[in-house]
Amino acid sequence: MEPILELHGIFKYFPGVTALESVDFALTPGEIHALVGQNGAGKSALIKILSGAYTADAGEMRFLGAPYRPRTPLDALEAGVRVVYQEFNQLPYLSVAENLLFERLPRRFGVMLDRATLRRRAIDLLKRVGLELDPAIRLEHLGIAQRQLVEIAKALSSTGRLLVLDEPTATLTPREVTRLFEIIRSVRASGVTVIYVSHHLQEIFELCDRVTVLRNGRRIESFALSETSAPELVRLMVGRPLEAATHAIEADAAETASPAPTKREPALRLDGLRARGSSYPVSFELNYGEILGLAGLVGSGRTELLRAIFGADRRHGGEMYQDGQRVAFADPLDAVRHRVCLLTENRKEEGLVLAMPLRVNVTLTDLAQVSRAGLLRVQTERATARHWVRELDVRSRSVEQTARELSGGNQQKLIIAKWLFRDALIIMLDEPTRGIDVGAKAEIYTLLRRLAKVGKALLVVSSELPELMVICDRILVLSRGRLVGEVHRNEFDEERILSLAYSEYLAAKPQAEDRSS
Amino acid sequence: MDENRGISDQAKLGGSKTPAKAVLQRVLREAGIGIALVVLIAVFSAFAPHFMDESNVTNILTQITINLIMATGMTFVILIGGIDLSVGSVMALCAMVAGLVLKSESVPVPVAIAAAGLASVIVGMICGFMNGFVSSFWNVPSFIVTLGMLNIARGGALEVTDARTLFEFPNMFNNFGTATLFGVPAIFLVALSLVLLGWFVLTRTVFGRLIYSIGNNEEAVRLSGHNTFTFKVAAFVISGLTVGIGAIIYMARLTIASPILGTGFELNAIAAVIIGGTSLNGGRGSLIGTFLGACLIGVLADGLILIGVGDFVRQMITGGVIILAVILDSYRARIADRAQ
Repeated sequence: MEPILELHGIFKYFPGVTALESVDFALTPGEIHALVGQNGAGKSALIKILSGAYTADAGEMRFLGAPYRPRTPLDALEAGVRVVYQEFNQLPYLSVAENLLFERLPRRFGVMLDRATLRRRAIDLLKRVGLELDPAIRLEHLGIAQRQLVEIAKALSSTGRLLVLDEPTATLTPREVTRLFEIIRSVRASGVTVIYVSHHLQEIFELCDRVTVLRNGRRIESFALSETSAPELVRLMVGRPLEAATHAIEADAAETASPAPTKREPALRLDGLRARGSSYPVSFELNYGEILGLAGLVGSGRTELLRAIFGADRRHGGEMYQDGQRVAFADPLDAVRHRVCLLTENRKEEGLVLAMPLRVNVTLTDLAQVSRAGLLRVQTERATARHWVRELDVRSRSVEQTARELSGGNQQKLIIAKWLFRDALIIMLDEPTRGIDVGAKAEIYTLLRRLAKVGKALLVVSSELPELMVICDRILVLSRGRLVGEVHRNEFDEERILSLAYSEYLAAKPQAEDRSS
Repeated sequence: MDENRGISDQAKLGGSKTPAKAVLQRVLREAGIGIALVVLIAVFSAFAPHFMDESNVTNILTQITINLIMATGMTFVILIGGIDLSVGSVMALCAMVAGLVLKSESVPVPVAIAAAGLASVIVGMICGFMNGFVSSFWNVPSFIVTLGMLNIARGGALEVTDARTLFEFPNMFNNFGTATLFGVPAIFLVALSLVLLGWFVLTRTVFGRLIYSIGNNEEAVRLSGHNTFTFKVAAFVISGLTVGIGAIIYMARLTIASPILGTGFELNAIAAVIIGGTSLNGGRGSLIGTFLGACLIGVLADGLILIGVGDFVRQMITGGVIILAVILDSYRARIADRAQ
């Protein structure tokens, strides 16, 4: 049978990153096709190219036998491609009915809203996804699972030929998942082809016909699900063991990991700490001179944990000890006073004052050092900033340059500089190399190892497992908010860590447990 | 893959500005308003009779004094990304309270004047504190909070004397309104020193640095371990302080205190700040710009009168200038985005 959708040699670049590299992909009409891969494997980029949200930088697509090149989401919609994203684009203050039919509101006399038809069609659509509610109520009053179903119903509102679902079950209860699968199967029966993106391998085996594995922006393999198994899929998503381009760091880490800790007490000890939105208490120790990694899938609660420690979000119970002393940082200011810092994943939004000079950014953490009686000493500040910019090799023309002009890697170094200026001892980093090109990544790795070597305690969150395996001494694995394992450097094994990261998702009906708490 | 990366790196280098060009751009940006002011003065000197006469220049300086004082405080508020719509009304409240103090006959005149000045400043700062506290603590847009304060203060000003106007202040007080020093109105010199003081605070102190930083990226400042709340409230208190000073000076000039004085002054103050190049989004701008902006508004108003443009048309032209200034600001923002 001729494929309904064909992709040939699709490339997509972002500054410093190749999101998709020569991806070939074909869909048989009427199949439910699973798309799997680690975070950053290229699933989202691929979906967005199909939906017209991104344009491919190279390659060809054919849909229904004709060349397909959507430039906007509207193009894709008109061609018959419907996408349900993980993050919804909904209008919370409008009614459910209006949300459902927003793209083509029924009219009377060309200008008037046809309320009767709107309501009737909305009720029909809601019935198809098994939602029994008044379509006139405002969307904001719906829970997240109901909103997800509304989004799916919306995708069914027009006759599409291809339906793309991105992690549709992340917020659903088992009963709703069962219902959703029925809907998907009935949609297929009406001649629609489905692409199904999910972390839940169990669901994929239950629902899908074929699967495509993506890794690092490349298509690794496509085959029928009857020919494979969950362990094999995990192995394919992980790929071959990391190439040893980082032997130097390996040797260095082996050397620093072994010596006795410089201080007896751990730098930070968590005892049953619960972050916002997590139902599981987390306990671990972070030592001086080590880099501790936090691995897990997106949404597994890693960022929330860092923010809870830092006092940026509220904590729900649990205790923290710094150097053996009980601490409870009330807010970031409190944490910073205790020489704890957090480098967030949003470098530009939360790490830097982009429009201001490097000098200002470096000294922002401790202006007392460059002022006397509230008066700034700009000469001192300039000299200080120059020192740190040189120390961390931030490539720039001068410290008067604005932070905006630096590349991503150098911006990250600048943020590290500002915390070293403050003399932070415990450094937490969230996705420290996101959006940074490969060369600069290696520099950041070396820098982090250097910090560990001089006795800092580092806690690093990263979605790139190879990254954690290069820099960390130990890796903790979170799965659905639960700390499911700790792996030491000599036991690092990508497949094992990833299995742990998926473990709570593979477990039967984990949602029910979540909800009851 | 690697080839591609090389190209994008080169593009980045090519796109970055050379220092000389950056400096030139910056001068143009900062000096734009100054150039506009010079051109305007030149045009009026040529076409408006008596524009450069000493008496007219004195008149202009007197006219812009109050706006300059209020715009100085307003600059702090707008730099943190806020707005203060209450300044005109708060000024009336300050004036009424100060007027009552001034008219108390139980104390010697110099003491009464000092007490009135103090009362005016304190009332202004209290109102500013309330604006800042409410908007920062509950995270309510300052637009709304200060709109509420606009009504509260105006009502308060009317309530204090039951809408009566206060007059017959001591001569010593009234004389200050018309006093000159080396031919320059004394009240203008007060305004000028406030601008200079404010400029010093904004550019040379830790406080000023944090005001700018918060306006640029509050979250980054918070995560850097600063208490942003204090600084945001402080900006509004400073606005209230300048309103208090403005009120007492305005009374000296008018020799009366009326509960309806200052109506619409908030718009002039905001206009001066915006024309001066301070971004309504906060984080960018300067008091030098505000000073030039206030001068531009004053010169424009005075010059248009001299060449015979009527009141109504004059108002229309001033409005046009404000819109023009904001359009220019949006171009600036777009250029900055492109640089990113």
